[in-house]
Amino acid sequence: MTTLYYTEDHEWIAVDGDVATVGITAYAAGQLGDVVFVEVPDDGKSVSKGKEAAVVESVKAASDVYAPVSGTVIEGNQALVDNPALVNEAPEGDGWFFRMTLSDIGELSGLMDKTAYEALIAAAG
Amino acid sequence: MSTSVTTLTGNRGLQVEEKLIFEQDQPGRTAVDLPAVEPYLDRLGGLRRRGAIGLPGLSEPQVVRHYTRLSQKNYGIDTGFYPLGSCTMKHNPRLNEKMARLPGLADIHPFQPESTVQGALKLMHQLAHWLKTLTGMPAVALSPAAGAHGELCGVMAIRAALEARGETRTKVLCPESAHGTNPATAALVGFEVESIPATADGRVDMAALKARLGPDVAAFMVTNPNTCGLFERDIIEISQAVHDAGAYVYMDGANYNAIVGRVRVADLGVDAMHINLHKTFSTPHGGGGPGSGPTVLSAALAPYAPVPYVVEQADGSFHLVEQVLEATASGQQPFGRMKGYHGQFGVFVRALSYMMAMGRDGLFQASGDAVLNANYLLARLSAALSPSFDGPVMHEALFDDRFLKDTGVTTLDFAKAMIDEGFHPMTMYFPLVVHGALLMEPTETESRESLDAFIEAVLGLAERAKAGDAEAFQQAPRLTPRRRLDETAAARRPVLRWTPSVE
Repeated sequence: MTTLYYTEDHEWIAVDGDVATVGITAYAAGQLGDVVFVEVPDDGKSVSKGKEAAVVESVKAASDVYAPVSGTVIEGNQALVDNPALVNEAPEGDGWFFRMTLSDIGELSGLMDKTAYEALIAAAG
Repeated sequence: MSTSVTTLTGNRGLQVEEKLIFEQDQPGRTAVDLPAVEPYLDRLGGLRRRGAIGLPGLSEPQVVRHYTRLSQKNYGIDTGFYPLGSCTMKHNPRLNEKMARLPGLADIHPFQPESTVQGALKLMHQLAHWLKTLTGMPAVALSPAAGAHGELCGVMAIRAALEARGETRTKVLCPESAHGTNPATAALVGFEVESIPATADGRVDMAALKARLGPDVAAFMVTNPNTCGLFERDIIEISQAVHDAGAYVYMDGANYNAIVGRVRVADLGVDAMHINLHKTFSTPHGGGGPGSGPTVLSAALAPYAPVPYVVEQADGSFHLVEQVLEATASGQQPFGRMKGYHGQFGVFVRALSYMMAMGRDGLFQASGDAVLNANYLLARLSAALSPSFDGPVMHEALFDDRFLKDTGVTTLDFAKAMIDEGFHPMTMYFPLVVHGALLMEPTETESRESLDAFIEAVLGLAERAKAGDAEAFQQAPRLTPRRRLDETAAARRPVLRWTPSVE
């Protein structure tokens, strides 16, 4: 059973048990424009909620991707490093950034569900 | 004008389609006549070069035409208005160039005995005096090679001061609208960066800053005027709060042109600020550089200023203190050295030449005129474009893309259309605090006529966008040697060097 959560910084996190997959939302990918460079974290790196975990750079801007929750990275998406266009093609699919284990499942309660996130971006115009 | 004209040659009138120099290679052709080499015995053994070194063969007139044609494809401040926001693209006075070419300043070497370069050292001493006087600061490090290097100097001085206090502070705070170099500098020196939000009127959120300050904060880095073109009116209160928390204030001096001669940054409570000589003090910029980023330091940071620096001795002669040991013997505690030799000496000459030509009254008028020009742009463009914040502004005017909403035209398209109209585009998509930013900095050296021509072009384009002619924008630029470049492919699959075609 996979549950999707969203952050105010436009990351999504798909949680299945104590393992989660993290990426940026279609809205974020659209705002960035064509992505030209991605840096994903190494396996075993510990990340903390709200801190930089990955880097995404488009023709317009370079941004950090934040860890939605704390935990340990188990895999960075090497396919993104080789083909950054995946972020634009399938931001919420093959364009995922990294997988991680969660150290505190309670942190999920502060995140948004899909309805709340869609309301957030609708309000942003 | 029709844009669909094709010619037999590919040239467009006198704008010649120029091949790469390597593609013009004719083996054996040469522009120099070297004497034949007599047979000789070398000591290179197996390391002797076997193949050709791969230089193209061209005659002198071919080489001259090649580089002249390339230069004709360039656009610079000598060609026209260059409204790039936060870059201060002002005129480079020719007097500066004349001074920099004086043999006593141009034909000297960093290893010459001091007694033979007293004039050059005196020039550096005078430049330092001007920078210290204008800012009210007790010390300046002239050697940083550009703005971001100057930031590094300031933040390293802050780290040295903290170490001398025996404190470990790990955080540097930057506003959301900061130049990207500010957090990058702090991270390079080993600090963690946290961002401070802006208020609705585009300035530092004082309450958020005060709430975040604490014993772990080493410094607050603030650009003033900020990248929205706004003066941080709470700067004195900000400095007070930062100092009360035991931290230092780094002010990014990229926008110093708006306040030079009017505001002494020491009076604002600033501990360190770099000065882009290639912006405020009219020396060449970008490809015409090099840049130079002297950093002024407060009394709290002055002891840690890097070597080298010039001192005037009791007998009136000038001496360059180059070694840390020599500096410590006189009570200083330099954190080290930023750069080889003396810094960008040729730029020092140009900057001092500008200051002396302008004088105190001239610098005062220049910053006033820079602010007046920016407000003139803002006033005349406000009805048709969407200014992000209420004016008046300082040296630059910030607009966002709300005026393009539902037109199908993006900020990028608009900027490309500016090129067809004969203008270098404004800064786009920066600062990040507004959507689709268009940031324009006219500087004081543009005439009323030049500003009016630019304004008419922008107003005309805004009208065309709103009239629904999105396609014209998406096709732009139409009149350049190359049309819209595929920036995505260039970034994803860059071709960084020429390789010969295999025949």
